[in-house]
Amino acid sequence: MTDLTDLGVKAIRDGVASGEFSAREVAESFNANVAAAQGALNAFIVATPERALEAAEAVDAARAKGEVLGKMAGVPIGMKDLFATEGVQTTAASHILEGFVPEYESTVSANLWKAGAGMLGKLNLDQFAMGSSNETSYFGNVISPWRANDGGNAALAPGGSSGGSSAAVAARLCPAATGTDTGGSIRQPAAFVGITGIKPTYGRCSRWGVVAFASSLDQAGPMARDVADCAIMLEAMAGFDPKDSTSLDLPVPGWEAGLSDDLRGKKVGIPREYRMDGTDPEILASWDQGIAWLKDAGAEVVEVSLPHTRYALPAYYIIAPAEASSNLARYDGVRYGLRDLPQGAGLQDMYAATRAAGFGEEVKRRILIGTYVLSAGFYDAYYNQAQRVRALIARDFEQAFEQCDVILAPTTPTASFPLGDKVDDPLAMYLNDVFAVPASLAGLPAMSVPCGLNSQGLPLGLQVIGRAFDEQGVLNAGLAIERRAGFTAKPEKWW
Amino acid sequence: MVVSTYRIHGATGEWEVVIGLEVHAQVTSHAKLFSGASTAFGAEPNSQVSLVDAAMPGMLPVPNRECIRQAVRTGMAIEAQINKWSRFDRKNYFYADLPQGYQISQLYHPLVGEGSLTIEADEKAGIPEDKTIGIERIHVEQDAGKLMHDQHPSMSYVDLNRSGVALMEIVSRPDMRSPAEAGAYVRKLRAILRYVGSCDGNMEEGSMRADVNVSVRKPGEEFGTRTETKNVNSVRFVMQTIEHEARRQVDLIEDGGTVVQETRLFDPGTGTTRSMRSKEDAHDYRYFPDPDLLPLVLEDEFLDECRQSLPELPDAKKRRYVEELGLTQYNARELTADVEGFRRFEELLEATAAKIGKPAKDIATQAANWTLSIAPGVINALGDEAKEAHATADAQAAILALQAAGEISGGQAKEIYEIVLRTGREPAEIAETEGLKQQSDTGAIEAEIDKVLAANADKVAEYRGGKDKLFGFFVGQTMKAMAGKANPAVVNDLLKAKLAG
Repeated sequence: MTDLTDLGVKAIRDGVASGEFSAREVAESFNANVAAAQGALNAFIVATPERALEAAEAVDAARAKGEVLGKMAGVPIGMKDLFATEGVQTTAASHILEGFVPEYESTVSANLWKAGAGMLGKLNLDQFAMGSSNETSYFGNVISPWRANDGGNAALAPGGSSGGSSAAVAARLCPAATGTDTGGSIRQPAAFVGITGIKPTYGRCSRWGVVAFASSLDQAGPMARDVADCAIMLEAMAGFDPKDSTSLDLPVPGWEAGLSDDLRGKKVGIPREYRMDGTDPEILASWDQGIAWLKDAGAEVVEVSLPHTRYALPAYYIIAPAEASSNLARYDGVRYGLRDLPQGAGLQDMYAATRAAGFGEEVKRRILIGTYVLSAGFYDAYYNQAQRVRALIARDFEQAFEQCDVILAPTTPTASFPLGDKVDDPLAMYLNDVFAVPASLAGLPAMSVPCGLNSQGLPLGLQVIGRAFDEQGVLNAGLAIERRAGFTAKPEKWW
Repeated sequence: MVVSTYRIHGATGEWEVVIGLEVHAQVTSHAKLFSGASTAFGAEPNSQVSLVDAAMPGMLPVPNRECIRQAVRTGMAIEAQINKWSRFDRKNYFYADLPQGYQISQLYHPLVGEGSLTIEADEKAGIPEDKTIGIERIHVEQDAGKLMHDQHPSMSYVDLNRSGVALMEIVSRPDMRSPAEAGAYVRKLRAILRYVGSCDGNMEEGSMRADVNVSVRKPGEEFGTRTETKNVNSVRFVMQTIEHEARRQVDLIEDGGTVVQETRLFDPGTGTTRSMRSKEDAHDYRYFPDPDLLPLVLEDEFLDECRQSLPELPDAKKRRYVEELGLTQYNARELTADVEGFRRFEELLEATAAKIGKPAKDIATQAANWTLSIAPGVINALGDEAKEAHATADAQAAILALQAAGEISGGQAKEIYEIVLRTGREPAEIAETEGLKQQSDTGAIEAEIDKVLAANADKVAEYRGGKDKLFGFFVGQTMKAMAGKANPAVVNDLLKAKLAG
């Protein structure tokens, strides 16, 4: 029998359904991998092997009774620790929420459990999802399972903020994991570790029960081995939620059933402005390769223009911190989480001490930026201006999609980098999201698919951006790349 | 242009006061503005707090349609512009009674725009004619929680029951010029809210409270610097706040000082105001559109439904009472001043009209007088003995019907109502068994008249000789002989005939 942890979502679901192996065996295998890797990779903040087993046993029992099984039946997954999970510590990788155990379950995780998935544990991330290298977690860095082939042994960044998710899937600690994407936090880490991740249209997955970073951008999505696994898991996660007023009141399409890599009649747009100075030549080469693959799949390639691209990153780094500064105001030591009450302190002192102790440096930096750009004297100059840029970026995409069906671009300007390389240079770090951020600002579905290895033996990803609500178009173009790339590389086990 | 004559007499001459009010009215709704938690008054602390109200991580607001509907109807009632596109903003500030660290409100695009309200002339109060007060906007926002500092020596307790309750903030123009005008404005606004049913207007329970903006100036000059006194919770206190603040500001200026723009608190114990915080440490609220909520877009259908659901409003009702029911201006104004008044009147009118079979117009004045003065007089005289449950429209209509039919006199009506209030017995039965009926039997009355005329033959002669004024004497004597129970109309008719000889 094959090692069960080599299997993805679809293979596990189908194998459990056909009785090839039991859900319990699957859960046990992954539980073992999670435990074995924890010291080296630090991908999980909390492991919940018993939850994985419970869910597996329920699926095995249901199968034995001949019941209809859910879309994710028997598939154990990792849950980014930004999703509230009832009875299990939910921290957003922060000290301020350390030990917080919610009495409620996020809509997305509840949907997954309903579909028969089980939980292996809560995955590490950048604190409050702020970061691009998973170096801002209060619970320590996540280490990428990949190593460069240059003989050095540097610990590499798994990407951020869903770094625990990307590392866990790449290292076979789980077949799939949830991620959240605010400005690229699903796509960039997926690209760094050679897996697939999709951020659906804003509103497709409920934000209810997800610790908020920037409400107008945050969107949950799946991270998995391949396109089909993403399609299956996204179907299970998505859906209208009356508890989230920004949730899309639309039926969830059958994305798995709609998968096809036949792109005849489709037009793929190549945005001129994404050919930026400083982009790694190997990234540009992979992009050209992607273009060739999509042509091979029958698509017509057209050049499109997204003229406001260069303003996307500055606008994002105004809007996201502005919303974050407000969303994080509730962590004040009054109702839950950390409370730091210095001797003789008043209310304001308690707030200050609690927040000083509870938030990490990057979170504080963004709260300060956000507070500044929203303050009375600067609101028009920064926040309002950024919102106008955001509208222009959305319009750029609308106009581009009059000429094409999907857009192909690199996911990141470079492959993964060693931990510590950029952590002292926030601007260099922010640049990592330069290709991911525009689609986020426009609320569009976008995914990253692995397309090969660079000369250092590290994975590279290609990004497909689609029209609003057209996840199918994105998945299909992703599938066309996946089939032609034939990406099978996985990190060599050193942990 | 109506000019108020209210002046503050200072050492340097006369000063005028300029008043604007921001009234916070709690929307009548079973659930909070953005959560399903209950809004009932008087519950155990923190028993009406949802995960959303407690701002647990990942919780999201969902607008409550009923709250929006009530605010729209209120806007329509003051003939205001209803904005079909409005938006919720966050007002950020740290305070322990504010779980999210921000209040969801509307600054940039409120639900309701410009409207107005007319306060009635009241000579006695110094309002010589009707006056229209501008209303700048009504926006919808969440209430904060309550902090209790007196429950523990070193700790403050937080009660989040009110946190998230929907408020309408109704912002007037600085159009008021005297405490009386401000008082009349608050009373009229409260009446409209109660008519519409969008707020119970209960100031004691905090469902309605006002922030009072006051400045003073020499008549005709530019506006002075204003102060804002927060959370004043009765009409009387609003008026006291203005009186005190205006006086304080005049004295301050005349002593060479300047008024600073600041937030003040009213102390009901002393009737004075004191500084709460000055503008220097005012918060920078960092308003921005709430990214958890989509803009509020109202459909025509919804607006039509809101408009159709509006009741007849005070001004229209008053006009109708005068024009259609023939009531006096005074009666019409008194009856329409609050919801309880007109409801009592209309119920009684309807019940009486049904009993008598006459058009409402014919008995409206009788019903109005009964509602406004006779019935309250009886109730006041009885005090605690009056049982509210017995004061039904039906019983009162029965009394008015007996009176209209000439079976009882006005005095008997009061006596019967007294017994009804005490016991709940049927008016007709009371009239019968308690001997509270007028005598209309012509035979019995005639007999008494004959006796009176016989005993006063000299006066009869004088009358017949042209001394018409004596007619009243004969009526009085007859009534006296009948122990006041004779129907005066019958007595009149019979007397006239007999005296004519």
